[in-house]
Amino acid sequence: MVRKSRFRNFAIGSPMLWIAIFVVVPYIIVVLFSFLTRDPEGIVRWEFTLANYREIISPVFLRVCKNSFILALGTTAITLLTAYPFAYILTRIDENIRRFLLLLMIIPFWTSSLIRTYALIILLKANGILNTLLLSLGLIDEPLSILYTETAVFIGLVYTLLPFMILPLYASLQKLDRSFIEAARDLGATSRHVFFHIVLPLTLPGIIAGSTMVFLPALGLFYIPDLLGGARSMLIGNFIKNQFLTTGHWPLGSAACVILTLLMFMLLLWYFISTRKAHSGGMETVR
Amino acid sequence: MEKAPIVRLRGVTKRFDDVVAVDSLNLDIFQGEFLTLLGPSGCGKTTVLRLIAGFESLDQGEIIMNGTSLGGTPPNKRNVNTVFQSYALFPHMTIFDNIAFGLRMKQLDRSLIRKEVGEALSIVKLSGMEERKPHQLSGGQQQRVAMARAIVNKPQVLLLDEPLSALDYRLRQEMELELKRIHRKLNITFVFVTHDQEEAISMSDRIAVMNQGRIEQIGTPTQIYEEPENMFVARFVGEINIFEGRITEIFNGSATVDIHGRPFRVHNRKNFSCGQHVKVLLRPEDILVTRDEDAKPASPSLGGAIDEVIYKGKTVDLIISLDAGETIFATQFFNEDQEDVVFRQGQRIHVEWPYGWEVVL
Repeated sequence: MVRKSRFRNFAIGSPMLWIAIFVVVPYIIVVLFSFLTRDPEGIVRWEFTLANYREIISPVFLRVCKNSFILALGTTAITLLTAYPFAYILTRIDENIRRFLLLLMIIPFWTSSLIRTYALIILLKANGILNTLLLSLGLIDEPLSILYTETAVFIGLVYTLLPFMILPLYASLQKLDRSFIEAARDLGATSRHVFFHIVLPLTLPGIIAGSTMVFLPALGLFYIPDLLGGARSMLIGNFIKNQFLTTGHWPLGSAACVILTLLMFMLLLWYFISTRKAHSGGMETVR
Repeated sequence: MEKAPIVRLRGVTKRFDDVVAVDSLNLDIFQGEFLTLLGPSGCGKTTVLRLIAGFESLDQGEIIMNGTSLGGTPPNKRNVNTVFQSYALFPHMTIFDNIAFGLRMKQLDRSLIRKEVGEALSIVKLSGMEERKPHQLSGGQQQRVAMARAIVNKPQVLLLDEPLSALDYRLRQEMELELKRIHRKLNITFVFVTHDQEEAISMSDRIAVMNQGRIEQIGTPTQIYEEPENMFVARFVGEINIFEGRITEIFNGSATVDIHGRPFRVHNRKNFSCGQHVKVLLRPEDILVTRDEDAKPASPSLGGAIDEVIYKGKTVDLIISLDAGETIFATQFFNEDQEDVVFRQGQRIHVEWPYGWEVVL
């Protein structure tokens, strides 16, 4: 018993310690910095101020925020709309094909996401693979300028985050009991009715989980807009990165961090409440 | 059953990969009857139900309902409803919404839906549960909701896929009576699937005993129990003792069978010929057991000894080793006139049966 509880303490304690040292402590520093004054010579001066937050609520930052939200929402919408049918079909097909397709989805994770984003540059640039293909097929007359536009950032985000939408959707569709669909058909529902009255509401937890897992990273991923969007597309993630690494304005970057975290926290809270609601709605199996 | 069949299955065949689940099956289902498909798991009974419901497509044959072939009619266009084994109540809807689902699909008037749902709930005795969610109900209550959700649509045929199998023994017996009551009240044709022969016998108008995708015998519960047409039906439905014998004499309507050297008189319903090897089947309750210390029976009998006495309250079950080596099972009712007749383990006895109570195959 003693050994067992010691193992349990270790198993739970060591990750907790890790999180405390490398997540909580830095985060306390960030919150602290966001209330301090910038020091052009060093990093911060120990003078309390709200100036950073005043500066953050500027038209420039709000535009960055708006852009980020639109892009993150768009990414979430596109990944949801493409992942849902894919995940649905995945639950219906032959076991072997399904395993193969799931493997194909996992393989990209064996390579760094950064390297895969560089690969997208090769694909999207003016004389890249996509343009060469479209030109040779005669679909376009001159190369499309996709790279270094919002479209490229969009493509990059959707590509990178799609698996995070597919996997939770697949899990919740897999759990969906076939007999619910048959019962609905039996009671006179058309395919459309079955989808909107049965399948969609019963997979809502998966939709919420997938959307959260795509939306939140889409707000914060800075290297994709950096590499694919060039200087033109500025998102929250890039804004924060720039304050720390380019302009050296740590307190302002910290304030932006705190704002972003609060937004994410509110979204997670919403996720938590809405799944709780879905659960009390009886997501447990009927038997 | 003089009426025309409401559903006819003609040469219906269904394969899953290489396994034949239903094998050129013919079946007529009549208006208002309670028909049970009885058989061991994997015999194809559930597949027959799913074919009628439209969840599976036919490989061969056709299903005719009201004179028209159902062909490619999807489940939502068939005038049948199913009570699922797992109930399949929609977990995100209230009981009211579950039962109203079919009526809403028909786009009925809201006040009419309210009235019909209320009626269905009162038939299954669940009035007042409208706003609950399925997971807040007990298994038996969920079962009733599943019934209500199906019958509220007033289908011509109600398909029930082992609906009682998830319930415990007492609840199951209660629901058997409920199902019979609902059947009588609504005059809907019930097609009931079960592997439980007691359930089948106590509820059905007719039973179709299925095995390996085919119907072995179809008839009333009495016919199935008293006159099994083959060894499968005899063995599957109820306990039965089997004696190997040989026909030695043929009379008009009867015959003599030699069992372990004793000549037994039996009915000759199947035109056996002399010398033919037959099986004589006897239900445990049809066997008469006489103690050797009482008067020895005058008619032919088989000697043996009692192996085990199992007191059942209403009856006493005896496991008997015959001198010829077989072990048989006999059920004796208590005789009020002979209360002192007590069977003990190891006691010498003789067994016989009244002429004509046997089945010869």
